[in-house]
Amino acid sequence: MWKTIVRRFLIMIPQLFVLSVIIFVLAKFMPGDPFTGLISPQTDPARIAELTEKAGLNDPWHIQYMRWIGNAFQGDLGLSYTYKRDVADLIGERALNTFWLSLLSVFILYLIAIPLGILAGRYQNSRLDKTIVLYSFVTYAIPTFVLGLIFLFLFGYKLEWFPTSGSVDIKYEAGTLRYYWDKFYHILLPSFTYAVLGTTGIIQYLRSEIIDAKTMDYVRTARSKGIPMRKVYSKHIFRNSLLPIAAFLGFTITGLLGGSIFVETIFGYPGMGQLFVSSISSRDYSVITALVMLFGFLALLGSLLSDIIMSIVDPRIRIE
Amino acid sequence: MKGNELLKINNLHTGFRIKDTFYDAVDGVSLSVKKNEILAIVGESGCGKSTLATSIIGLYDHNKTRVQGEIVFDNKNLAALSEEEMNDIRGFQISMIFQDPLSALNPLMRIGEQIEEGLIYHTKLDKSKRDSRVLELLQQVGIRNPERVARQFPHQLSGGMRQRVIIAIAIACKPQIIIADEPTTALDVTIQAQILDLLIELQAETEAGIILITHDLGVVAEVADRVAVMYAGQIIEEAAVEELFANPKHPYTRSLFNSIPQMNSQSDRLNVIEGIVPSLMNLPRSGCRFSSRIPWIPGEAHEENPALHEISPGHFVRCTCWKEFHFKTDKGGGTHELYANK
Amino acid sequence: MSFMQINDLKVHYPVRGGFFNTVIDRVLAVDGITMEFERGKAYGLVGESGCGKSTTGKALIGLEKITNGSIIYEGENVTNKRRNRKSSFNRDVQMIFQDAHSSLNPRKRVKDIIAEPIRNFLNLTPKEEERKISELLEIVGMPEDAKLKYPHEFSGGQKQRLGIARAIATNPKLIIADEPVSALDLSVQAQVLNFMKDIQNEFGLSYLFISHDLGVVKHMCDHISIMYKGRFVETGTKHDIYTNPQHIYTKRLLSAIPEVSPAGRENRKRERILVEQHYQAEHKNYFDENERVFDLLQVSNTHYVAATSQVRGVL
Repeated sequence: MWKTIVRRFLIMIPQLFVLSVIIFVLAKFMPGDPFTGLISPQTDPARIAELTEKAGLNDPWHIQYMRWIGNAFQGDLGLSYTYKRDVADLIGERALNTFWLSLLSVFILYLIAIPLGILAGRYQNSRLDKTIVLYSFVTYAIPTFVLGLIFLFLFGYKLEWFPTSGSVDIKYEAGTLRYYWDKFYHILLPSFTYAVLGTTGIIQYLRSEIIDAKTMDYVRTARSKGIPMRKVYSKHIFRNSLLPIAAFLGFTITGLLGGSIFVETIFGYPGMGQLFVSSISSRDYSVITALVMLFGFLALLGSLLSDIIMSIVDPRIRIE
Repeated sequence: MKGNELLKINNLHTGFRIKDTFYDAVDGVSLSVKKNEILAIVGESGCGKSTLATSIIGLYDHNKTRVQGEIVFDNKNLAALSEEEMNDIRGFQISMIFQDPLSALNPLMRIGEQIEEGLIYHTKLDKSKRDSRVLELLQQVGIRNPERVARQFPHQLSGGMRQRVIIAIAIACKPQIIIADEPTTALDVTIQAQILDLLIELQAETEAGIILITHDLGVVAEVADRVAVMYAGQIIEEAAVEELFANPKHPYTRSLFNSIPQMNSQSDRLNVIEGIVPSLMNLPRSGCRFSSRIPWIPGEAHEENPALHEISPGHFVRCTCWKEFHFKTDKGGGTHELYANK
Repeated sequence: MSFMQINDLKVHYPVRGGFFNTVIDRVLAVDGITMEFERGKAYGLVGESGCGKSTTGKALIGLEKITNGSIIYEGENVTNKRRNRKSSFNRDVQMIFQDAHSSLNPRKRVKDIIAEPIRNFLNLTPKEEERKISELLEIVGMPEDAKLKYPHEFSGGQKQRLGIARAIATNPKLIIADEPVSALDLSVQAQVLNFMKDIQNEFGLSYLFISHDLGVVKHMCDHISIMYKGRFVETGTKHDIYTNPQHIYTKRLLSAIPEVSPAGRENRKRERILVEQHYQAEHKNYFDENERVFDLLQVSNTHYVAATSQVRGVL
């Protein structure tokens, strides 16, 4: 198994290399450059040209690319033009925010979706099932920003149960218990929004898995042993139906780490999604390329993670 | 009930709901199973033999199935028991062996665990006693390294081994009746022979009554004591195995025998039964159900309401048409001139 | 004279593994078999699941890549050739599958299913094509109005006959039938087998009949080969195999077939146990240390057995 994991990581190197070239070239094709929006109209065009030259933006793309990739290998992802900060530091800070948000989102997501999916599948065609299916279609149909705004208005503004933006109140000192509590408090509403919207897929998938499993031969065998129906459900049907969901976990986690652009933007949460959008609009090349590289890596990692989870939960699959 | 009769089925009707009407797939079957006996139920697909099996053990979809009549076992009518009451009998006094040994085992559960399950609910054995019983069972079904197999998953075993595991599950609580639904159909012939030998061996030990559901007359000849032939939901002939193979009477039974490509026959042509088995919704519900497949036999030969007649002790035949039956002789071979004119 | 020969046919699948996912081993699905086909004869290929009999059939028709060996058709080497529509081999060798249901496209009408090989290989006008389809349906005993129906409207036996109609549409010389009746009920099976015999007699077809059912194979075939682990353990006429089996594997297989007669079943069981003991005791004379079947040795004009030459001396 370790061999496979190492091999998969090695295969990622050429994949990421190709990705990096594509991203770098595409980023350069975007109209404008980092100085376009920052500099006032009064600035001397010669000064801009000087800055551009100094930043190496006039060199052919492959020279720029070689310079960037060389630095990247030394752990230097460059400087953000907009934030005037080290890209690695910037992303690191945002990634941590997104990580906590994602973790809670996944937790709430599964907390809602799994019981609902199980109930819908178990009592197929009952009134309960129909209600759950209706719920999942409704949440599927609502756009993220609509639900986000409704929640924000209702729970944040009207009821004032939750903060409406940010990741932590500046009045708390970092490291204290209050500080962490406040962080948690800030991500609760965005995670909940995200989770509610993500439930449809899992509920529907789980429901149909369970309905399928009920007709399986091994379930009939289990019933022929004379064990109570609730045991047949818990030991045979649910366990086997949760398998594909577990396998999906890898993708879900890494997918979330990319950050949700809508949720983070609406709740003013300083995470990766928000950073990505703002860096694109400000042509912050070094941040864009670093982020896309990171997203690419996460996607590859997600598929590896899913394979690993699968091989742990399903004895038929062994990666060696 | 008579001395060694374990199970007695009286006028059983099992119907499936299709658009709010129930159509009987098992249509008035009466049977009994004795201790230490293998009763084979033979028929082609759609004759109702598998439905009969699932009716006995109660493994049908209660919303779509209607079971009427009596299935008397241990002074109880199984057809009238609730799901919970059936659970006390299933796997304990009556158990079932299934056809496809791969899909009949849970792919995510260890073999030992799957065998143990029934023991948890039907016996008071503690964990360590159950574990040793599992090993004992695996040994009993001819698995040489039970400790290892108990820890394995189904996909790690061969087809024959899996079928042995299925049998181990079925005999775990020493049932009085075992229903074997096509237990060897998915297996190669050499494995089939082993499994059939094993069934007979186990029966000698446990004295269980076995109901063997099959379409394979060869398998019947090898293991059965008594045979019931089913057609269109009814039993059309029933007799001891030697009697049935030596003196088949019903036109359907005789036709079937003549359709088998036999190892020792030299005949170039096999018998073909005219027409097709009517579907469940189109089953003729009155008269001789086989009459449409032997149209050259005059209508008077059939009974109006065909009943099972005992023509010799223990040999029952439905309808009277068997007396007049003869095989059709002319076999007009089609001329396919157009095809020949290449 | 035979019209088609296969020589030392091998189909090997690579097994990948190790750090760089390189080929570390091979599965010898078909491992050196030699056969020839004469016009109007039926050949049986018998073996237990996984012995390579289906792979052999698929390799012949071009559905599996042949690793080694050759197929000579009418004097021409057609092994692994990029098969084109004009190829006579492609037209003359057709296949019938076990699962008639899944081998017929559910979204196509019977007409179009049967017309496919006709359109591929024969240059017919729409009118001629229409007539040809009617003929074919008549040959397989289906009514004219079946043309416009879809596969799901037919029973299992009827579907298998549609599969046969498609296979004989191009007037093939050889039909490869992979378990064509094993999914069918006895009475339907009889219908299909009779029918296959009829068209064989009428049109001088050859069959390669792949099956695990020795009764069916005996009924249909003149020449039978028993296969185990990708190799022939024994090959000969029907008479050779059934009345004078030489290989312990053949003997064991034959002894395991249930007989349709309850009389003497106790004796048969004893016999079976003896054969099994013999099988265990004689194993080394019939398989090498890797369980590989030895090369075939000639016993008579038609009969070949795979064994060590010592055993051959005894025979």
